[in-house]
Amino acid sequence: MSEIFHFLGQHIEAIYILALSIFLGIEVISNVPAVLHTPLMSGANAIHGVVIIGAIIVMGQADPQNYLALALGFIAVVLGTLNVVGGFVVTDRMLEMFKKKDKK
Amino acid sequence: MELSQNLLHIIYLLASLSFILGLKMLSHPKTARNGNLIAGVGMTLAIFATIFLYHNAEGAPIGNLPLIFLGLIAGTVIGYVMAKRVKMTSMPQMVSFFNGMGGACAALISLNEFGKYTENNYVETLLNGHVLMILLGIMIGSVSFAGSMIAFGKLEGKIKDYVLPRQQLFNVLLLVIILGLGAYLMVQTEGKTGLLYIITLLSLLYGVLFVLPIGGADMPVVISLLNSFTGLAAAFGGFLYGNRAMLTGGILVGSAGTILTILMCQAMNRSLLNVLVGAFGGQSGQAAATSTEMGVIKEITLNDCAILCNYAQRVIVVPGYGLAVAQAQHITHEFESVLEERGVEVKYAIHPVAGRMPGHMNVLLAEADVAYDKLLEMEEANPLFKNTDVVLVIGANDVVNPAAKDDPTSPIYGMPILDVDESKTVVVLKRGMSAGYAGIENRLFFNDNTRMLFGDAKSSLEKLVKELKNI
Repeated sequence: MSEIFHFLGQHIEAIYILALSIFLGIEVISNVPAVLHTPLMSGANAIHGVVIIGAIIVMGQADPQNYLALALGFIAVVLGTLNVVGGFVVTDRMLEMFKKKDKK
Repeated sequence: MELSQNLLHIIYLLASLSFILGLKMLSHPKTARNGNLIAGVGMTLAIFATIFLYHNAEGAPIGNLPLIFLGLIAGTVIGYVMAKRVKMTSMPQMVSFFNGMGGACAALISLNEFGKYTENNYVETLLNGHVLMILLGIMIGSVSFAGSMIAFGKLEGKIKDYVLPRQQLFNVLLLVIILGLGAYLMVQTEGKTGLLYIITLLSLLYGVLFVLPIGGADMPVVISLLNSFTGLAAAFGGFLYGNRAMLTGGILVGSAGTILTILMCQAMNRSLLNVLVGAFGGQSGQAAATSTEMGVIKEITLNDCAILCNYAQRVIVVPGYGLAVAQAQHITHEFESVLEERGVEVKYAIHPVAGRMPGHMNVLLAEADVAYDKLLEMEEANPLFKNTDVVLVIGANDVVNPAAKDDPTSPIYGMPILDVDESKTVVVLKRGMSAGYAGIENRLFFNDNTRMLFGDAKSSLEKLVKELKNI
């Protein structure tokens, strides 16, 4: 039990961010029209690609002799990048369609 | 170094703000595209700042740079090509695929971190927050990865719905086992990597079994849910490294994704639990009525259909996934233009879950240059059907099934539908008499005022346009 309190105390700032971000996330998209559900999901999908930062850090600290860690890290970087790049490009392609419509 | 660390923090702050702003702007049609762009720029900044400015607690910068850049370039090229090549009709599964990649990435990070943590640190106990975050990252990341891949396969039509006997019970049991093993791992005094691999494998299995029984029509909801899972997994990663950009980005997606999932369920008038446990495609009580009991269907010839539309005052097109599959959006637009030239008012009625995802049809029709003001949402369209001469249902089925209104035993009971049967004539363009995605019969097809026009939607429409021009 004390470990948990210790952990909470040490990370109180992160926990604040966590709590506030939850409400922010709810608030930010609460008025989205149904038309935008798919692009919004796709955009959010791209944003969680931020996990790539973790992959870079893992990779950057991996011991160059530890091939397993290097391999896992490398795959993580590739997959994370796929998530980011693919996510943003797909979202942009969807929204491009809407733009065309606006011009008319 | 102090300077670079502060700069890194500021860039992470900017990135976090760009994610918030991006999501906000993505919720409005006018600003959506720029919102996506802003979030993308923030992400790019954060990635490069990490590579060049990050130092760990001992002050060591990021190493293995050649490999990192190789990975980044490989991922960028593959991701870009895939995203550019994918057909508009396949967008949903593409999103699912990329989501799975993110989940796998989060799981791999946690796996790696566990090895490092138990190797390097003198660990008295694993019972601490750090290990908990690692475990949660692995479990949720793996579930998200495996689940997304199954969802991808289902939307591609490569994986069918399976319901194993007592699957719900088995799933719950599996979940308990995974959590139990996780708890067991945490009370050990040394890192048991083998056990961690077992947990990973079981989590992957859970992801598969979680999505497998859910019907294809509900995949968008599942993808959205898994999307928020991956967000959570990313946030746990942020906890591990005290990285605020990962933390805010992940949690934002986690909470926004959850709300979006609930909004999608609301559009279908169902609860999330109902979607997840209801196992749509399975053996749900659909023995109710077979086609013979429902009466006879009446076909219509192309010529008759063309004449019918030509002399109508108002025609409403109800597009469904069949239209997308047949790639008939452009010919539909041409059909609309020909009719408009002759003074027929043509509108499109878009059901909130038409196609495979909310908004999917709007995107497809926009691609074919259909004007924005011609697209009616369900609430706008329903009052119009009474005064509509012809409704053309193109490749839609469940969204016009009256069973949703009056048959409590139907799996789609309660879902709001387009009341096309109120119009004078309904013409249904359909390949054959197969049931819709939800796997249920549609009484609409047997109504007195319904006519069937069998064949591929695209070629039927092409012929219809030709006939129209001859009149």
